[in-house]
Amino acid sequence: MKNDILVNLKNISVSFGDNRVLDNLNLYIRDKEFVTLLGPSGCGKTTTLRIIGGFIEPDEGEVYFGEKRVNGVPPYKRAVNTVFQRYALFPHLNVYENVAFGLRIKKTPEKEIKQTVENMLELVNLKGFNKRNVTSLSGGQQQRVAIARALAVKPKLLLLDEPLGALDLKLRKDMQIELKNIQQRLGITFVYVTHDQEEALSMSDTIVVMDGGIIQQIGTPQDIYNEPKNAFVADFIGESNIVDGVMRSDFLVDFSGHRFECLDKGFSKDEAVDVVVRPEDVDIVPAEQGMLRGVVTSVSFRGVHFEIIVDIGGFKWMIQTTDFQPEGAQIGLSIDPDAIHIMKKSKYSGMFGDYSSFSDEFDELSNAQEEKE
Amino acid sequence: MNTRDSLRTKLVASPYIVWSLLFILAPMVFVVYYSFTTGAGDFTFDNIRLLSKYLTTFLRSIWFGIVATVICLLIAFPVAYIISQKTDKVQRTMVLLVMVPMWMSFLIRTYSWMAILQDTGIINNFFARVGLRPVHMINTSGAVILGMVYNFLPYMIMPIYSVMAKMDMSMIEAAQDLGGNRLTVIRKCVLPMSVPGIVSGVTMVFVPSVSTFYISQKLGGGSFDLIGDVIERQFQQSYNYNLGASLSLVLMVLILICMAVMNRFSSDGGEMVI
Repeated sequence: MKNDILVNLKNISVSFGDNRVLDNLNLYIRDKEFVTLLGPSGCGKTTTLRIIGGFIEPDEGEVYFGEKRVNGVPPYKRAVNTVFQRYALFPHLNVYENVAFGLRIKKTPEKEIKQTVENMLELVNLKGFNKRNVTSLSGGQQQRVAIARALAVKPKLLLLDEPLGALDLKLRKDMQIELKNIQQRLGITFVYVTHDQEEALSMSDTIVVMDGGIIQQIGTPQDIYNEPKNAFVADFIGESNIVDGVMRSDFLVDFSGHRFECLDKGFSKDEAVDVVVRPEDVDIVPAEQGMLRGVVTSVSFRGVHFEIIVDIGGFKWMIQTTDFQPEGAQIGLSIDPDAIHIMKKSKYSGMFGDYSSFSDEFDELSNAQEEKE
Repeated sequence: MNTRDSLRTKLVASPYIVWSLLFILAPMVFVVYYSFTTGAGDFTFDNIRLLSKYLTTFLRSIWFGIVATVICLLIAFPVAYIISQKTDKVQRTMVLLVMVPMWMSFLIRTYSWMAILQDTGIINNFFARVGLRPVHMINTSGAVILGMVYNFLPYMIMPIYSVMAKMDMSMIEAAQDLGGNRLTVIRKCVLPMSVPGIVSGVTMVFVPSVSTFYISQKLGGGSFDLIGDVIERQFQQSYNYNLGASLSLVLMVLILICMAVMNRFSSDGGEMVI
């Protein structure tokens, strides 16, 4: 089991001046795994990637590739390759020569270079682009060349730094599927940096959620979505209503003035907790039948569903439903035990998960506009 | 609407047009006119025919110009690269240091080199002090080329530096990432991408080196006559404007030919350098 660990970061800390970018980070990456480092900008995800690539040396801690310590080993001696955020293609070389760049440095025989480059260009759907100037390509095509160039030297590990960030939504979705296919077909390890939670959920085997230079949670996409560890993770991944609750006993929690059955246990009696309820897990029932009652304050149509904001005792909940509810309607809410997720209190408690700002902001905006006129 | 716009455009451009006519085109016309006339104003090819006398001088000027340019390039490329790799603050200071000598008069700089290189100059004094044999340096071709390199080096460093400073650092990282060590990265990535800077640097050093007239007199002691010196003498001493003009014309044509060759090399240079 230990043998399939490809990269191991131990107690890594990095500071830029007074700014502590990574704080005692521990992470290992298994062979053939698709790992995504996910977090808002400035969370340290790119720094982590650059430490693996060898472009930044950690102030403290150790980097292992397999059993070998690689601190101080320069990038060109590391068996990892990077797909850079802004592609970083060589403008003085055409598509073929860009992809062949790493192979030429390795003094690969010309025949083999030709074979590999052809294969790589076919892999990224750029067959026949050999002679094209890289500056004449579209963003998506340049990205494909960058991927082909990094894969041509057959790395065991590919690092991708927000590779799809500059592409439009449709193209990004196509590329997500393609990247996942490439990873599975070649059977190599991907470490993927993004701030886009949807991208992370759809592609990854493992997601590493980061904030403030600290790993908040590591897990499969389902784990991260269904069992977030704290309010930050719950809020960053998807939409969530996060309310204060009190654990009365195993499987019983009080919040919003009502006692609910839940599936969580192991908390001490009367422990204050954060309760997460995903907007799609709330059922709307007639007001008199509801566990909770509230007034609809806003409704917006999102295509697949309506997104309604409900005021329940001053706390605004977001609910996604396919049944239209008019603004001002009194409704009841019913929440099943498996829709409730209990988290321990953390420094993020109370910072996220209330949708009152959502509508307030909106009101202020429209008020401001009216005043101007 | 359209005509009024174009009229206004013309009006805005007029100072530049007048300037060009007065200070660029008119002198050229005069040079060509004097080249093909006698002192009395009659048409003649004699001035051009006389030029064969100066063939060795032309060749020497071009040879010295090429040597000085190559030496400048060899010094400037690493210097520019080192500067471009520093932090912004250090970069500004280093660029300033490169520019500082240019705040002094060209004449004073050349005179200083005389004081340094003379047989009884600073270097030979130092050699005598530490018991070394004196070395004859002034009035040699080496001294002339040194003068050219010293005076024109900033013109080579600046354009190369400005191209390198704008270079995307992630490109260099990509080259390292793909297995390039420091030298490979410079050779296969930095060098080819600096070609535009190198071309303008070479132009800015080669042209003044070929046509310079003062350095060779002061540091060459008159034994390395360059074409610039001959032209100067025609105007200042012999008052033979016609021969001077024809020399200038031929020099200009030679320089244009050199530049054309250079540009041809650089336009597909991206592929060729590798």
